[in-house]
Amino acid sequence: MKEKIKNIIENVGLPRVIIFFFLVLLFILAPVVGIRLDTSINDVIIRFGMNGILVLSLVPMVKSGCGLNFGLQLGIIAGLLGAVTSIELEVTGFAGFFTAIGIAILVAVVLGFLYGTLLNKIKGDEMVVATYVGFSSVSFMCIMWLILPFKSPNMIWPYGGTGLRTTISNQGYWFHVLTDFLQIKIGNHIAFPTGTILFFALLVFLVWIFFRTKTGTAIVAIGSNPEYAKSCGVNVDKMRIISVILSTIIAAIGIIVYQESFGFVQLYMAPLYMAFPAIAALLLGGASVGKASIKNVIIGAFLFQGILTMTPSVINNIIKSDMSESIRIVVSNGMIVYALTRTMRVRS
Amino acid sequence: MESKEKYLLKMEHVNKDFYGNKVLKNINISIRPGEIIGLVGENGAGKSTLMNILFGDPIIHETGGFEGKIIFDGKEVNFSSPLDAIDAGIGMVHQEFVLIPGFTATENILLTKEPTRYNLLSEVFGDKLNVLDRKEMKKQAIKAIEMLEVELDPEMIVKEMPVGYKQFTEIAREVNKKSTKLLMLDEPTAVLTESEADIVMKVIKKLAAKGVSIIFISHRLQEILDSCDKIVVLRDGSIQKELIPSETNPREIAENMVGRELVKDIWKSKEIRKFEETILEVNKLWVDMPGEQVNGASFKVNKGEIFGIGGLTGQGKLGIANGIMGLYTAEGEVKFKGKFIHLNNPKYVLEQGMAFVSEDRHGLGLLLDQPIFWNIAFTAMQIKDNFTKSLLGGIIKWRDDKVMIEVAREYIEALKIKCVNEKQFSRELSGGNQQKLCMAKVFVLRPEIMFVSEPTRGIDVGAKSLVLDTLRRYNSKYGTTIIITSSELEELRLTCDRIAIVDEGRIAGILPPTANPVEFGLLMLGKKSEAEEVFTDEGKD
Amino acid sequence: MKNQNLTKTLNPGVQFLINYAVPIIFTILVAIAIPLSGLSGEYLARELMTRLARNSFIILALLIPVMAGMGMNFSIVLGAMAGEIGLIFVTDWQIVGMPGILLAMLISTPLAILLGYFGGMVLNRAKGREMVTGFMLAFFMNGIYQLVVLYGMGNIIPISNSNILLPREYGIRNAIDLIGIRQVLDKLISLKVSGLVIPVATLLVITMLCVFIIWFKKTKLGQEIRSVGQDNDVARISGINVGKTRILSIIISTVLACYGQIIFLQNIGTMNTYNSHEQVGVFAIAALLVGGASVSKATIPNVFVGVILFHTMFIVSPRAGKVLIGQAQLGEYFRVFVSYGVIAFSLALYAWRKRVEKENERRKAMTLKRVLLQSNNTTGGYKL
Repeated sequence: MKEKIKNIIENVGLPRVIIFFFLVLLFILAPVVGIRLDTSINDVIIRFGMNGILVLSLVPMVKSGCGLNFGLQLGIIAGLLGAVTSIELEVTGFAGFFTAIGIAILVAVVLGFLYGTLLNKIKGDEMVVATYVGFSSVSFMCIMWLILPFKSPNMIWPYGGTGLRTTISNQGYWFHVLTDFLQIKIGNHIAFPTGTILFFALLVFLVWIFFRTKTGTAIVAIGSNPEYAKSCGVNVDKMRIISVILSTIIAAIGIIVYQESFGFVQLYMAPLYMAFPAIAALLLGGASVGKASIKNVIIGAFLFQGILTMTPSVINNIIKSDMSESIRIVVSNGMIVYALTRTMRVRS
Repeated sequence: MESKEKYLLKMEHVNKDFYGNKVLKNINISIRPGEIIGLVGENGAGKSTLMNILFGDPIIHETGGFEGKIIFDGKEVNFSSPLDAIDAGIGMVHQEFVLIPGFTATENILLTKEPTRYNLLSEVFGDKLNVLDRKEMKKQAIKAIEMLEVELDPEMIVKEMPVGYKQFTEIAREVNKKSTKLLMLDEPTAVLTESEADIVMKVIKKLAAKGVSIIFISHRLQEILDSCDKIVVLRDGSIQKELIPSETNPREIAENMVGRELVKDIWKSKEIRKFEETILEVNKLWVDMPGEQVNGASFKVNKGEIFGIGGLTGQGKLGIANGIMGLYTAEGEVKFKGKFIHLNNPKYVLEQGMAFVSEDRHGLGLLLDQPIFWNIAFTAMQIKDNFTKSLLGGIIKWRDDKVMIEVAREYIEALKIKCVNEKQFSRELSGGNQQKLCMAKVFVLRPEIMFVSEPTRGIDVGAKSLVLDTLRRYNSKYGTTIIITSSELEELRLTCDRIAIVDEGRIAGILPPTANPVEFGLLMLGKKSEAEEVFTDEGKD
Repeated sequence: MKNQNLTKTLNPGVQFLINYAVPIIFTILVAIAIPLSGLSGEYLARELMTRLARNSFIILALLIPVMAGMGMNFSIVLGAMAGEIGLIFVTDWQIVGMPGILLAMLISTPLAILLGYFGGMVLNRAKGREMVTGFMLAFFMNGIYQLVVLYGMGNIIPISNSNILLPREYGIRNAIDLIGIRQVLDKLISLKVSGLVIPVATLLVITMLCVFIIWFKKTKLGQEIRSVGQDNDVARISGINVGKTRILSIIISTVLACYGQIIFLQNIGTMNTYNSHEQVGVFAIAALLVGGASVSKATIPNVFVGVILFHTMFIVSPRAGKVLIGQAQLGEYFRVFVSYGVIAFSLALYAWRKRVEKENERRKAMTLKRVLLQSNNTTGGYKL
């Protein structure tokens, strides 16, 4: 029995086991400190739907051997451009939502292509360069948000200012179009976001299909063993670019879904560190730098959002102070450090 | 007492096996101070293992150590790490240089043995915080270099040195260690020009004159005959013979190295096949494959032939197939069915109708994390769109798992691949079955030329003949031209119609399998033949 | 055999431009921005002197891990945190002046060593990814720091001075006034030269560090670190304990960063408890790269050139931004963009160059061999 437990811990990884039991603990404590379990679970599901697609976007690049996408911000920027353009064009409802997505996809293809070309030139060092490309592009866009000629009064600084505001509300445009779609209300405390979950499932299905095509199969081979793939005649560079474009597109869609639920489009420095929670969630679900599957996405996003939702409410009620932010930093970044140290060791 | 001091090194009844495979059998060697011993042998004869035992390579210990006694400088020894061997006075010059590229020759020669200037801090922190005495370092380095009598600038940075000078730096480093009593060199002149090689051999003789014993592995007949006091020929793990250069000749060396009795019976029934067409023409092929460089190989292969490529390890035979198939940078002219083919393009070559079973089974041959049916089908799917269903007018090519599984089952049956079922992960199969899987992957492509490298390496005896039989069957049934590269001369002689021997990255000669094995040995040892093909009368009935 | 030009050796001019692309581009940018901003030479000189004295120490701390082959290292953030904790205690105990500074350095040293050891161990398990891992490790430790300083201090860790505590009576305030040690080191020995105040003591300390680094490189330990930095395998085969050497270099860097942060904060006079160390890593690394350093090579001149160029840009951007587009905010964002952009560009350039150089070396070797074999036309074989 002890051997079996030891094996499980070794395979799954100690941090994941700890975090899992921590979450279980929180769920147990919740009713004790006066928090409704059903509301909590509902919250977790809603946040799961909001964030899941961003986590999903990481999968193609991991599968193709580009590592964890620390440059997720590029996809987010594409999504932001889509969102503000859609609002600028005064398109509302589902039409607005899909306009945003449509524009975002176009931008994402271009950005993804450039990003992928860069990554191809630095094989082996993708992650560290991606981190700073992500950061510099966010700061570059800060300049752009100030300069770009948007005119919608909902978005620019009031009283004759120029440039977009930091936070833009999408209420009246496409706020909650998905979340309210086919929403299942149970009593006062549960509002199941059917639309969001369905949309997430749709994207998951599309990704799953992709990896069953000839191209998708080739990409999986590259991530597993690039020499093997090359020897079988696969154009490694081209496939990597395709996976990067795909990741960027999904990330762009992901941020729009997030905003749809959240209610606000956040510009300027807000996206700066958005890659880390998504990566941490994926890793929490069992992925590693070289391997990721849809299963990891679902488990990881759920666990991670569980921690994020439960920690503030439960711990606040116990210790009467809000440690949740610090705990979140420790958990998500710790998870990433753990994953990065899993593979190579320096032999003394 | 006296006999003990006469010999610097004595190996008595040394045996070594790796996981049940006996690599060294009853080795007895004695070396006097100042003696130069040349180690000669075919692939797998045990030369490197012998050196590794003497040098304390940790792998020896990790695989169960060795039997027998080694007496060095009067004491019985059993080194568990290279540092122990170095401390005892044994130096080793490897084939891959152990040099820090950004350091000067001086810094490398003195690495970890730098003289330092004492200061107070060392009382507290040990001698690590002593400043290096660069003047003294340079002095010592120059002394070591002078021993070699080469124009090596002590301040030159290793990265910028020509290869020969890197070798000199390596040797200088060993020479500088005052206590070196035995110096071992593994193919010291392999990467050198002729003049550089001469210098190295002169240095070796000088060191021996100063009392340092030398063991070196080489396959170059000339330098062995010129420099050694004794030649030890290893074959299949045991010492075949010890020869004195002045009393022997190349033929005798080759005979001992390779010599097997001619099995005349086989050749009696083996028909000499005749071929009409040339299907592959290789002209001055250069391939940059680390460790197996090809330096201008030229040969022709006939359609329907089973062509063998053999030679000693590191001489370039593995580079030929790898280069033509685009896995390593290649240059030269290759004509397939009369048409020039693009090099450095795996996809193109596969599309043209050539395929490759790599010697690197795990690295290149298989995706270990994928099931059998996946591995069999992958290349064919990527190159010929096999196993896919076209949807939406060809934009989407959907993977057809059902057909993949069907075809996989066929091959599992035909090749008798031992597995649970077609869904089993390829990493779980035994070596022999993995090899069959690699071949199935290629068979599915129905290539016109099939390159196979090291087909039976790491496979148990029973499975070996099955693999070779499969190749022969395929050749006779479909007329596929097969080019086998192998370290085992015997299997080439049993299977091939013609055998080329590669030496120093070039084709040294092409012989029929019926030729006297000694001729093969001579080619491996660097004898160049006048014509491209050599026929001997020996062996013919 | 047609001689394809495989050995593309660039002419030295082009080589120089590529090697020093970052500082060159930066110099051009700064040269444009200075007149644009309209700031006077005196103002610039004054600001630069302050920033030079304030930032150089911690940037110098980056040099040794580069020597050890661990690239641009975020372990300095861990050192900065250790320094800040030292300052918190010194402020709590209200120890002022130079004794305050020295005490802060003294008590934070063991903490810095511990953090450096931890950091080194983690980095040893992430060979090939030291920079990303170091970066994430700094974020992770920031979370731990917050837990300790925001929740532990005043609770489990006794703090007596309520001035620095939050109203809820535990957790340190967002900003602490370091009035007790404000500019103590700078003013210890200061000279006035034509209107310019020179903090001689601080500069002396920086010089001492430079001397220490130069001396250290010449020691046996320094040689070992250099060997490890160039080729782990060769170093290991030669008998050097690679893992231990790497950890040691991180510990040294962390401790130096700890002192560097204390020097930095004594000049500023206030400590942003939770933010002061956040950008330390990014700005220090960006400055070093701007000075012409690379992932595998960083020298003392790189530090000083980098500080001057980088911080000049820092000073002039807001003004230049206002002139260009009419928004000072633009200049601020531009600063951040440039900091991150410089690092992205340098790292990408370095990674790309690394691969290209490897390719070229292989090709050179192959061509050389071919030329030799063709001229000799012998293979050292035995001729019958």
